[in-house]
Amino acid sequence: MSRHNRCMTSRILVVDDDPAVAEMIGIVLRADGFEPIFCDHGDRALDIFHAENPDVILLDLMLPGKSGIDICREIRAESGVPIIMLTAKSDTVDVVLGLESGADDYVPKPFKPRELIARVRARLRRNDNVAPGIVKIGDLEIDVTGHRVTRDGEMIPLTPLEFDVLVTLARSPGQVFTREVLLEDVWGYRHAADTRLVNVHVQRLRAKVERDPENPQIVLTIRGVGYKAGGTSS
Amino acid sequence: MMLRLVVTTLVVGLGAVGLLGAFVMAQIRDGLVETRVERILAESARDSAAAQTQMNASTAETPGELQQLVYDTLDALRVLGGESRGLVLLQNPNNSSETILNTGLSSPANEVSPAMREAVESGSAQPWQFVDLSLSGVPGVVVGAPLEIRSAGGYELYFVYSLADEEQTLALIQSVLGAGAGALVLLVVLMTFMVTLQAVRPIRSAARVASRLAEGRLSERMPVRGNDEMATLARTFNEMAESLQRQITRMEGLSRLQRRFVSDVSHELRTPLTTVRMASDVLYDAREDFPQHVARSAELLNNQLDRFETLLADLLEISRIDAGAARLEFDRIDLGDVVREEVEAIIPASEGHGVEFRLWFSAGSHVASMDRPRVSRIVRNLLSNAVEHAQGQPVDIAVSADKRGVAVVVRDYGVGFSPQQAERVFDRFWRADAARARTMGGTGLGMSIAREDATLHDGKLEAWGSQGKGASFRLMLPRTSRGLGQQPVLPLVLSEFEFPSVGERVPLSTDPDKGETP
Repeated sequence: MSRHNRCMTSRILVVDDDPAVAEMIGIVLRADGFEPIFCDHGDRALDIFHAENPDVILLDLMLPGKSGIDICREIRAESGVPIIMLTAKSDTVDVVLGLESGADDYVPKPFKPRELIARVRARLRRNDNVAPGIVKIGDLEIDVTGHRVTRDGEMIPLTPLEFDVLVTLARSPGQVFTREVLLEDVWGYRHAADTRLVNVHVQRLRAKVERDPENPQIVLTIRGVGYKAGGTSS
Repeated sequence: MMLRLVVTTLVVGLGAVGLLGAFVMAQIRDGLVETRVERILAESARDSAAAQTQMNASTAETPGELQQLVYDTLDALRVLGGESRGLVLLQNPNNSSETILNTGLSSPANEVSPAMREAVESGSAQPWQFVDLSLSGVPGVVVGAPLEIRSAGGYELYFVYSLADEEQTLALIQSVLGAGAGALVLLVVLMTFMVTLQAVRPIRSAARVASRLAEGRLSERMPVRGNDEMATLARTFNEMAESLQRQITRMEGLSRLQRRFVSDVSHELRTPLTTVRMASDVLYDAREDFPQHVARSAELLNNQLDRFETLLADLLEISRIDAGAARLEFDRIDLGDVVREEVEAIIPASEGHGVEFRLWFSAGSHVASMDRPRVSRIVRNLLSNAVEHAQGQPVDIAVSADKRGVAVVVRDYGVGFSPQQAERVFDRFWRADAARARTMGGTGLGMSIAREDATLHDGKLEAWGSQGKGASFRLMLPRTSRGLGQQPVLPLVLSEFEFPSVGERVPLSTDPDKGETP
């Protein structure tokens, strides 16, 4: 159980106003070796985030005070910390709205403990498989070890998830990735899941790395199949 | 309706007026002619008697004197009868007198028919006859009388009367009557037209308003004018529409409230269910450390929670569909791929049922515009339903396509159900056999959701069943927004021997990882 030991230090901020759900999530997280921190009010979420600096945030969308969507947006504005939404609504609009405001992933309630842990692990996992080196995609330079993306020496800030998507595509130039494959490689889903996750995050990634997001050169869409990395010629 | 009424009125009116006119004309003509003939007979009797008296009173003997006498008599008759009356004086054929008199005809002798002459010669009292006057062509009357001209012997005197005046009068009456009749018919037709128009207009307006109501424009009303029957109709109609609108609005409100309630309940249930779910899983994972009865309880709790969760998800899904909140994301997808994937996915779960799946695909592509998760769910439902009722018999699945649509038929040869039950299969929480347990974990909402999903695609999901012979379900989806064609893509029911005719048998992989990209 070496992995568990390494994860011992991972601190998870659980933002949920229902005490039973929060306590239960805490039990499950502790059982898997994580350290939970709790927050039961939307207005306090940001302060606790600043004070505790967690590795992953589990965020309920329906909160007293500030809404989950707003918290998500504010945290994302200053940090790339992985955010997983806990949503009682699996309605399209809410999920998409949450993802667009910066959440990396979501778990619809009710969920199984294993499911939750798998989602959390997937967001922490990227630390595990670091293949060092410099990868090029389009006119971008990716320093995989240093988690830095630069264009003409200028750094482009990406969230870890966006970085993962970019690196995954850049490592196999020319290969077309279906949304399902990306879900497995980047999000760690074992079975087909919500492909909107991919769509939303590719849009967010493009908004940051493309010179003209309307006419992408870095992340190309292959209609009806998926995505692939653009050529390295510039 | 208006045209029919007007034409009917026209025909009946014309007929009636024609008959009446003919009758009236005949009456008038008969009356007119009768009177005239009476007068003619009286006049000619008087005049022939006067002529005879004049003859008898004369003393003429010589042919010259006799001739003079004839002229005088004829002159006198002309004075008596006027210019319009013609006179014909003919010698009796039996007259053997030497004296031949010039009779001074004022009318052609051929007006007098041989039958007439015979009648006069045989001594009939005042014979008369209708003739057509040869000169003018108008009808006339000829009256004959014998005349003894002293020593010159027997002659015959004929009066020729013209009926031209009467004919003229008749023609005048006829034209006046005709014009009157025409005007009358026209008037009747016009009145019919006006009356029907008045009666029809509110009916038409009512029909228009009714069809608008049927289209769902519930605030549509008829205009109410005046205080007659039409106004009553309009008022009653409006009252009906009013009550209809009230009822529908009330029902809509109720069902909206109910749908909101179901949706809220489903959402509210999720929060405690999340805790229960996690707690149960924690207990379940630790069951080996428990005494046996506690461990079994944890197992039961966990299994039934799965079922409860599926039920809740289905309930939420159906309330979303009911609320019209379901959104479809269309992609161009091959139905065959979906079916194969779902069949391969269900094989492990159906192992205990000993069911063999046989997949038959027609040649070519089965691509249609569809929301993949929903179509997968429909197929999954059909398959698990078939497995549950197949009783270990094989399950045949056919996929085909035509220009307008794609279709899949799932057929089992198990218990089946009666044709009456075929429609009820899609009812919520309906079971063919209330005593039968759900072995495939169905919630009783699967088929309802499947049918709703098919309808959302503008497609069709239909069922066929026969007791003891199995059941067949057919899903048809349109390829484009043009919708399905008239002809079904596949028949609803295929017998076991008909499946090979659909197309090639498709080999199945039982390896669950097959198809996934490495």
